[in-house]
Amino acid sequence: MNNKEPHITVHDLTMAYGDFVLMRDLNFSVNRGDIFIVMGGSGCGKSTLMRIMVGLKSPAKGQVYYGDVSFWETSPEQQEQIIQNVGILYQSGALWSSMTLAENIALPLEQYTDLSPSQIGEIVSLKLSLVGLAGFEEFYPSEISGGMKKRAGLARAMALDPDILFFDEPSAGLDPISARLLDDLIKELSESLGATIVVVTHELASIFAIGNNSVFLDVDSRTMIASGDPKELVANPPDPKVHRFLTRGEDKEAAK
Amino acid sequence: MDTTTGVITSSGDLAFSRPRENSLALRLAGDWTIGKVIPSPEEVQKQVDSGQPLQRITFDTNELGSWDSVLITFLLKVFDQCSKRQIDVDRSGLPEGVRRLLDLAAAVPEKKDARKMALREPFLVQVGKAGMDIARQVTGMTTFLGEATIAFGRFLVGKAKFRRTDLWLTLQQCGADALPIVSLISFLVGLILAFVGAVQLALFGAQIYIANLVGIAMAREMGAIMTAIIMAGRTGAAFAAQIGTMQVNEEVDALTTMGISPMEFLVLPRMLALILMMPLLCLYSDLVGILGGFVVGTGMFDISFTQYMGQTKASLNLTQFGIGVFKSAIYGVVVAITGCLRGMECGRSASAVGDAATSAVVTSIVLIIVLDGIFAVVTNIIGI
Repeated sequence: MNNKEPHITVHDLTMAYGDFVLMRDLNFSVNRGDIFIVMGGSGCGKSTLMRIMVGLKSPAKGQVYYGDVSFWETSPEQQEQIIQNVGILYQSGALWSSMTLAENIALPLEQYTDLSPSQIGEIVSLKLSLVGLAGFEEFYPSEISGGMKKRAGLARAMALDPDILFFDEPSAGLDPISARLLDDLIKELSESLGATIVVVTHELASIFAIGNNSVFLDVDSRTMIASGDPKELVANPPDPKVHRFLTRGEDKEAAK
Repeated sequence: MDTTTGVITSSGDLAFSRPRENSLALRLAGDWTIGKVIPSPEEVQKQVDSGQPLQRITFDTNELGSWDSVLITFLLKVFDQCSKRQIDVDRSGLPEGVRRLLDLAAAVPEKKDARKMALREPFLVQVGKAGMDIARQVTGMTTFLGEATIAFGRFLVGKAKFRRTDLWLTLQQCGADALPIVSLISFLVGLILAFVGAVQLALFGAQIYIANLVGIAMAREMGAIMTAIIMAGRTGAAFAAQIGTMQVNEEVDALTTMGISPMEFLVLPRMLALILMMPLLCLYSDLVGILGGFVVGTGMFDISFTQYMGQTKASLNLTQFGIGVFKSAIYGVVVAITGCLRGMECGRSASAVGDAATSAVVTSIVLIIVLDGIFAVVTNIIGI
């Protein structure tokens, strides 16, 4: 893994809401082609970290580098260019409820490309069939199930063929089989598109099934306490808390 | 010495005995469940405090019927008293389930700093915080106004990105769809104005001036104000709720991270729609209001159709209508901006959406009335 070049680098990052510091001293790199897991207990700031990485919230201190460019210090034009290369699947799908699935996926294409409506239509159908929703073009988000919304959200995130995909709790609220199918889809996309994927999750099954690199945020010490391949972390935990998390707390005594 | 005293209640029974000088046995019998009368832990305290100092408390639950949380809370209170007096508690007499629940309740010690302390802040701190809060709100509003202006500028040069279908839909929602309620309210306002005025004017035999009163009041003031207030309650609240819901569902985030400005995509079409529709609604409201006055004037005060119309025409000119229409366009901006602002500021919970809608209505009505006062003074000074 180490011979790969870093795609996103988080350097000395502190995140805070007002005076309340959520996490400090975060340093890690996401390499090109990784499926990178951000894990930690509920309320530790995983989603906030994602919001900072994708430019929705500014950090209290520190930088997020895309390649060599520091996102929070560069020009708005360059920020826009970076963000065009990033697709995000939000926790609830975040489909625009006043538009059909086809319109949802077409919007970024209309925004950034000069394709004709019929070409856009073809791409929309392709993206929907990639996530197993072929034929659902004219459905509104309120007419489909939670799992389908997530997949449609993923189709929209992939609309511009981004290099980087972020997933915020992809399996939250899904039944085990749908969650598993989504995991398979993420893995498949990583292998076929070669995209860098960042997944915010605390689902152990997903973490081990798809992750090949990770960072562990600890809510008590308010910083990261481990990083690396989750399978190696569970074999050689650097901290009892990590072991406890990755084994579902089954080894309580070891953690004490 | 074996003294037995008992507290007999309808269901939960508690009896005490002293098998030895320094120990107390609690005999629990009957049903200890929610809704039944249960002995108070103070009975135990009385027993503990009377007689020889105790070292040990035991339990006998052979006759205990059904039990639930009531028993557990009772026991926890008793244990608390005992630990304060350094009395040993022998739990072996308690049922297995009770003991396990007690262990579970004590497994994680209370987190002392978890409870929120009701801190009373000094008066000056409260004033300072309120002041900073107002400053933050004003900054937020000004920034939003600036961003809306930039978006409007980009629209004028044809660079703004939004969906035309959104604009048409909003135009319909805050134009044609508002006609019934605007009709009703304006008609009634014209009617009321005519009534109130006519009673006074009839004293001087000057009923014919009802036409002037209603015409000028509707054209200059009431048409604009009433449509603005209707639109604040109807459309401003809807804008806040729509955009607020989009915040809760992360839809606004999704727009931002797609590089699509929510200002242009969400706020601009709503603002345009209200700026375009408000003057039209205002004119319509003026006419319906005059119709309301006409009904009262001709129906109840014996003014003829031609007389009333002639008097109305003579009293009004384009300036009167112009003032009303101009004001209504401004109120349209106010309603659209506050509605969208409150929606964009919305927190990430369902209740925040309700707060945003309420706050949008309150803020826009306050702003409309304040602005109307300013307009009244200004038009008076420049003499129109």
